[in-house]
Amino acid sequence: MNQVQTTNRSAEEFLKGLWKENPVFVAVLGMCPTLAVTNTAINSLAMGLATAFVLVFSSLLVSSFRKLIPKQVRITAFIIIIATFVTVVDFMLAAIVPQVHKELGAFIALIVVNCLILGRQEAFSSKNPVGLAMADALGMSAGFTFALLSIGSIREILGSGSLFNIPLFGSGFEPWVIMVLPPGGFFTLGFLLLFFNWLQKRRKAQMRATPSTVKP
Amino acid sequence: MSETNIQEQPITETESEPGSGRLIATLGIAGFFSGLILVGVYLFTLPMIQANRAQALERAIYLVLPGSTSFKALALGNGSLVPAEEVPAEKGGEEPARIFAGYDKAGKLVGFAIPAEEPGFQDIIAGIFGYSSGQQAIIGFEVLDSKETPGLGDKIKKDAGFQGNFQALAVTPEIIAVKKGEKRAANEVEAITGATISSKAVVRLLQKGVEKWKPAIEAYIQAQNQ
Repeated sequence: MNQVQTTNRSAEEFLKGLWKENPVFVAVLGMCPTLAVTNTAINSLAMGLATAFVLVFSSLLVSSFRKLIPKQVRITAFIIIIATFVTVVDFMLAAIVPQVHKELGAFIALIVVNCLILGRQEAFSSKNPVGLAMADALGMSAGFTFALLSIGSIREILGSGSLFNIPLFGSGFEPWVIMVLPPGGFFTLGFLLLFFNWLQKRRKAQMRATPSTVKP
Repeated sequence: MSETNIQEQPITETESEPGSGRLIATLGIAGFFSGLILVGVYLFTLPMIQANRAQALERAIYLVLPGSTSFKALALGNGSLVPAEEVPAEKGGEEPARIFAGYDKAGKLVGFAIPAEEPGFQDIIAGIFGYSSGQQAIIGFEVLDSKETPGLGDKIKKDAGFQGNFQALAVTPEIIAVKKGEKRAANEVEAITGATISSKAVVRLLQKGVEKWKPAIEAYIQAQNQ
């Protein structure tokens, strides 16, 4: 494989996480943080970035040591690596942004069991070289953060009438309180899943109509 | 490219079984480095986390005791209030419950900031309130920690009307919650519509806090005046 192909492959691995295999909108992974902490845009962004940190560094280590970890204890080893980075994130957030840490609460510790992270280690990082594993982890992280931020922004705008704590509407706006409550998470996720499926269906229909287009 | 040749190499069954020593060593090494990293990060972030906590507490004390610029921590030792440093830690290393006497610029006592906890709608509501023994009234209240329903119960933190209850709330004969717009006496708190349980929890928190600390505070002030 030459240099150009390697770069292409990395770009492909990155982009698939962002769109085609988006962990939330397509694979529907990591639902616990997706529903629980997306009541404001700030919380969503913080959770997305915390998960990204854990995923990227776990993939880096798992991919680097993939030939040294015996397959019998690989899950245990992955979990040790993931849990270490989750605890690091927990301490760092408490030290640097105590307000965000308080808002996210137990959900930071629960990143350990986000199946997106363990899933990527098992399905990708443990079988691919560091460069590709990094591209995959960054893409998945970006896709996850993008999904959380979309849900969080919609819920904050409708449920609190603000975005990133900046009021958007005048005092005449009556917030849809339900959007910041747990049902609002399900509503928003449901409508977004519907929207992304509709997009995908439409794209497939277009591709069938114009078969000359090679790249999907 | 040697690196790419290895990719997606399936783990075949014919691969030789690693010995149990190797398995234990792998996990042992992983655990060792994990521990090393965690202790390092813990020691690095601990002073920052403690500073954040102290800062949040200090901010809350000055908020609930308007006009105060300095404070002194007090705790119960042998039934009376003494500086917190003089009270030994309880068995199990737990710190004794503390309250804070706030003073203004001239060194005059403004009141006492009293932390208290009470079960709310979802979870424990932790708050701190300012108590003036001169006025026999609560002069400020702040929520330190709560998981009340966003948009409803969490108004106990943000709602200006609700917070307005605590500028001069008489504690005698006792604090009671009333419906919004029905406040008639100085000892009544107007509850938040749609968050009655949270509002009542705050009232209980205040009432229990006052009951617990009032005798000791009065004895303390008498002793100071003598």
